[in-house]
Amino acid sequence: MEFSYLSLIIFLPLAGALVIALTPGLSARLVRYIAAIFTLVPLVVSLVLFALFDRSSDAAGVMQFEEIMSWIPAIDANYHLGVDGLSLPLVLLTTLIGFLVVLISWKVGLRVRQYFAWLLLLETSILGVFCSLDLLLFFFFWEVEIIPMYFLIVIWGSGRKEYSAIKYVVYTLFGSALMLAGILSLYFATGSFNMIELSQGGLAMIQSILPIAPIFFLLLAGFAVKLPVFPFHTWLPDAHTDAPTAVSVVLAGTLIKMGGYGMIRICLGILPEVARDFAPLLLALAVVNVVYGAAVTLKQTDIKRLIAYSSISHMGFVLLGVFALGELSITGAGLQMFSHGIITGLLFAVAGIVMHNTGERTIGKLGGLAKQMPVVAAIFIIGSLGAMAVPSTSGFVAEVSVFLGAFSSDAVWGVRIFTAICLIGVILAAAYVLWLVQRVFFGPARGKFDGVADASKLEKAYCAVFVAVIFLVGIYPAILTDVLKTGIAPIANLFGG
Amino acid sequence: MTLGLEHYLVLSVVLFSIGLYGALARRSAVIILMSIEIMLNAANIALVAFSRYVVPGLLTGQVFTIFSIVVGAAEVTVGLAIIIAIYRRRETIDVTKINLMKW
Amino acid sequence: MEVISPSGPVWLIFLLPLIAFAVIFLLIKPLNKPKLASFISIIAVLGSLALSTWLLFSLLSSPEHELTVPSLNWLVVGGAINIQFGLILDSLTVVMLMVVTVVSLLVQIYSQGYMRGDPGYHRYFALMSLFTASMLGLVMASDLLVLFVFWELVGLCSYLLIGFWFQRPAAANAAKKAFIVTRFGDLGFLAAILVLFSQTGTLDIAQLHGLAAAGVLGGAVLTWVAIGIFLGAVGKSGQFPLHVWLPDAMEGPTPVSALIHAATMVAAGVFLVARMYPLFEHSPTALLTVATIGGVTAIFAATMAMVMTDIKRVLAYSTISQLGYMMLGLGVGGITIGIFHLFNHAFFKALLFLSAGSVNHATGTFDMRRMGGLKRIMPWTYATFLVASLSIVGIWPLAGFWSKEEILATSLESQPLLFYLALITVFLTAFYMFRIVFLTFGGQYRGDTKPHESSRVMVIPMVVLAVLAVGSGWVNVTGGFDQFLGHGEGHSFAQGFFGALAHPLAWLSQVFAAGGIFLAYAIYSARWLSAERIRRRFFPVYKLLSNKYWFDELYENILVRGILLNRFFAGLKFFDSRGVDGAVNRIADTVVTVGQTSRKVQTGQLQLYGMFIVLGILAIILAMYFTG
Repeated sequence: MEFSYLSLIIFLPLAGALVIALTPGLSARLVRYIAAIFTLVPLVVSLVLFALFDRSSDAAGVMQFEEIMSWIPAIDANYHLGVDGLSLPLVLLTTLIGFLVVLISWKVGLRVRQYFAWLLLLETSILGVFCSLDLLLFFFFWEVEIIPMYFLIVIWGSGRKEYSAIKYVVYTLFGSALMLAGILSLYFATGSFNMIELSQGGLAMIQSILPIAPIFFLLLAGFAVKLPVFPFHTWLPDAHTDAPTAVSVVLAGTLIKMGGYGMIRICLGILPEVARDFAPLLLALAVVNVVYGAAVTLKQTDIKRLIAYSSISHMGFVLLGVFALGELSITGAGLQMFSHGIITGLLFAVAGIVMHNTGERTIGKLGGLAKQMPVVAAIFIIGSLGAMAVPSTSGFVAEVSVFLGAFSSDAVWGVRIFTAICLIGVILAAAYVLWLVQRVFFGPARGKFDGVADASKLEKAYCAVFVAVIFLVGIYPAILTDVLKTGIAPIANLFGG
Repeated sequence: MTLGLEHYLVLSVVLFSIGLYGALARRSAVIILMSIEIMLNAANIALVAFSRYVVPGLLTGQVFTIFSIVVGAAEVTVGLAIIIAIYRRRETIDVTKINLMKW
Repeated sequence: MEVISPSGPVWLIFLLPLIAFAVIFLLIKPLNKPKLASFISIIAVLGSLALSTWLLFSLLSSPEHELTVPSLNWLVVGGAINIQFGLILDSLTVVMLMVVTVVSLLVQIYSQGYMRGDPGYHRYFALMSLFTASMLGLVMASDLLVLFVFWELVGLCSYLLIGFWFQRPAAANAAKKAFIVTRFGDLGFLAAILVLFSQTGTLDIAQLHGLAAAGVLGGAVLTWVAIGIFLGAVGKSGQFPLHVWLPDAMEGPTPVSALIHAATMVAAGVFLVARMYPLFEHSPTALLTVATIGGVTAIFAATMAMVMTDIKRVLAYSTISQLGYMMLGLGVGGITIGIFHLFNHAFFKALLFLSAGSVNHATGTFDMRRMGGLKRIMPWTYATFLVASLSIVGIWPLAGFWSKEEILATSLESQPLLFYLALITVFLTAFYMFRIVFLTFGGQYRGDTKPHESSRVMVIPMVVLAVLAVGSGWVNVTGGFDQFLGHGEGHSFAQGFFGALAHPLAWLSQVFAAGGIFLAYAIYSARWLSAERIRRRFFPVYKLLSNKYWFDELYENILVRGILLNRFFAGLKFFDSRGVDGAVNRIADTVVTVGQTSRKVQTGQLQLYGMFIVLGILAIILAMYFTG
């Protein structure tokens, strides 16, 4: 058995969290450095994995860097890890965002040790979700994430933080309770928690007379809450608005991607027939997400709330791509998840800088900041370009792949109509993004913001990383598509290519 | 007259009932704790008695009892510590008055 | 097709300005060396111009007038999609390359004077380079999706440059408006791309041409695709009814207006239709749509140009009108006719804007009511503006004459109604152009600053453009341009330099043009007619025109603000917070209420609980005892 890369990636942040939590007398400065190191190493290791990853067509559908150990033998649950082309980009995204949020949190001064311990635990749980190949393990990591999120919002948040934190926990638990029921039904129907076996065996493994449609919807419920899908989306704006900056970045950047990942891996990969039957319904919801989300975004007045609603609209494109069931459209959904993670992560990070430096978060009270903070303005504009899918940013490649893939997919009835309606979202996105940029950064400079600090060196550094990734993927998409295709091609083949 | 299993069991039942009455009816936390100890010991007697009369060769009951005594001792330690802590803050050990977490 | 060798330099045509952009933005800006930034940008575009010229000669010497380079993989996903980043090197490309590089070079040299001392000098030249790179990429792209990429990028540069002086709310608004309105058009373009891809599985332009020619792509689908593409062109080229953004775009620096909003980017719509012409060719409906929208826009915009008082706005409406001519030319004639006018228009319209910028530099205003008498103070500006005006009006033998006559001649053959519209537009064009000339340069100076002629760095590019505005049309005097573009028989509506005057149509249009000039002279120079009295006499018409047919009000106040933002979207927001989130909170509240009530059962008396436990155990024991 080769070196356990994945375990290393997953558990290093946890080890960091334990070191920070258990070593007495650490100074805040030291805590930050420990956190940075324990997230930087997984990032480097995942970059190594990305480089080592076998992109050849023989690798399609094969899990790489697999690890398997018996966990609960009585029910045949295993500690089973592995990545394929679908999950590897998300792992990379998570380790990247995981490292960057430590830098974003550099200014946090309240209960520093506890803060970073939770933040690192959060990273471990998200990574675990993307790497698990055992449904029970998947569920385990899925649930762990709730605990750090709760504390991060409720202690370091702002505004109605208690309300938002509880709402997040209850909503997520509601979704995952249904998901657990789904996982168990699947287990009792097939006798296996093994995701690879389940997807290869297909429904032939189902021995009982349990109807499979309810299982599909039970599983979907958990993912739909997380993505989020209309009408289960209202926790997201609240959580984003009241969470500290770094947590918003993790939430938008990686956490909600767990929903999209789960849909592709489990709903599509294990229950393709049901997915095909109900795809029109989910496409209709995707249209609602895209258009309704964007329309509501246009009426927001809080800078973070606006970005949060725009996430709902962007996640609609993921849903559209996933349930259009074409190879290109699912690839587009994968790209969109990665791209949205970086772009919206950047937007939240910069919005955090603006809010921190000006002490103001209502859009109407901001204005003319391009004069006082030119660097912040430039970076925010670049992020905005990504959000409205301007070419050369990753957002364009992602959205255009979703559109082209969905429109030319013939696996689902009516997919063209749904896709065509979603095009409206593109215009609305331009409208809300440009409106936001104009209201916050353009116009005459305001005296009350004179002397407001521009981005610091550290802030410039982490923003530069985000910007570089946005353009890298936008200009050279093959860097991701070559990897994604090995994971997505076998899933798309279930629907006839 | 020889002592049989029944005698021990009756003793056990009597002790248990006394303990139960104390635990349910008294208000002083210390007395409640003592009553719980009596119930625990009643159970211990029953265990040893059963062991002696039912499976004379084995020492299962006795081993159980030793565990039970150890656990009981730990429990008393923690329980008394809590009671003392409560007494220091609230100057009472009346369980009906300790209702901080009640709605 | 012949592969050009070496192929590296061809890529450099658009990479050079792109590199200049990156260098200025990342290296020069931190050094704070404005002059260096402008020189880098200018040298880059000079390099592109040199390479384009080389390409032009390679193409002239190749029999097919078409070359190719090996392409690169861009977006490839298994068998699902294969988007190649390649270059089309045909006559259409090379004509556009020449236009873009020449105008960009001259405008950037001019900008060195115009933008001197501006705090955003670096940013200006960085963005100009980025724009030039994107525009060059746009005309060379061999794949429709890659073309769309550059199409959006030029739009982005346009956004950033219109909003260059972002502290001015008007500029910020205009930039946003420009981007969103053109995005409406782009939606059609994108939809057309989606349909094309789902029908054919490819977006390679040459392959699409082949499929259309073979009839694989045809019928209603082809018509809708063509109209979708044309919708993109309508947005980009400011055609009716998406013309509203272009006049507002004049908030940007004047050289930007000259390069982007007169000569190149707005003409990209015309270029797009020309590039996809084989698709249009097979759909009479689509061609008719193009011609009609073009003809209507030409006269529609010209009427508004007559009453504007802002010199740049007059020129902006004039641009819309001329772009209408180009569309009309494409719709009734073919690639050559539309592109020929594009070619000529680029020079004389860029010149008009640069002259207007020079006037602005001298007087500090764009309001013609505060100008006048500049003929003597700014002789060079006056001379170049006059030449450009005569050219746009279409006076023989200046550049505008040759292309405009082509359009008029071909439209008379196929669409007489549109011909009459175009002919009236000739009259209107002459009127509003000479209204500018007389108001700005004639009479007495009415401003309160001391005007002066602009510096040499601004005048020299204007003079070069003036030469082009005179002579650029001569390339087709014997049909050479048509032959080069049309890959076949050279065509010109009338043979020969003087032969053109043998054509009765030429005289007709000269008469109309002279009439327009005369009317402007009568009102604004000789003052035989009072402008004030005419305005009062035709007040409803004047009001309609000066309010731009109330299109801005219709779009912004009624459609966007009134219906969408304040009613529909506000309703959705209310629904979201009260309906969806309200339901969530109501469920939560209900659970809490149920809990509040039912928890009274729990007294908190542990001993009572113990009692119930004992009673329960007793009950179970008794039950077991009696049931045995």
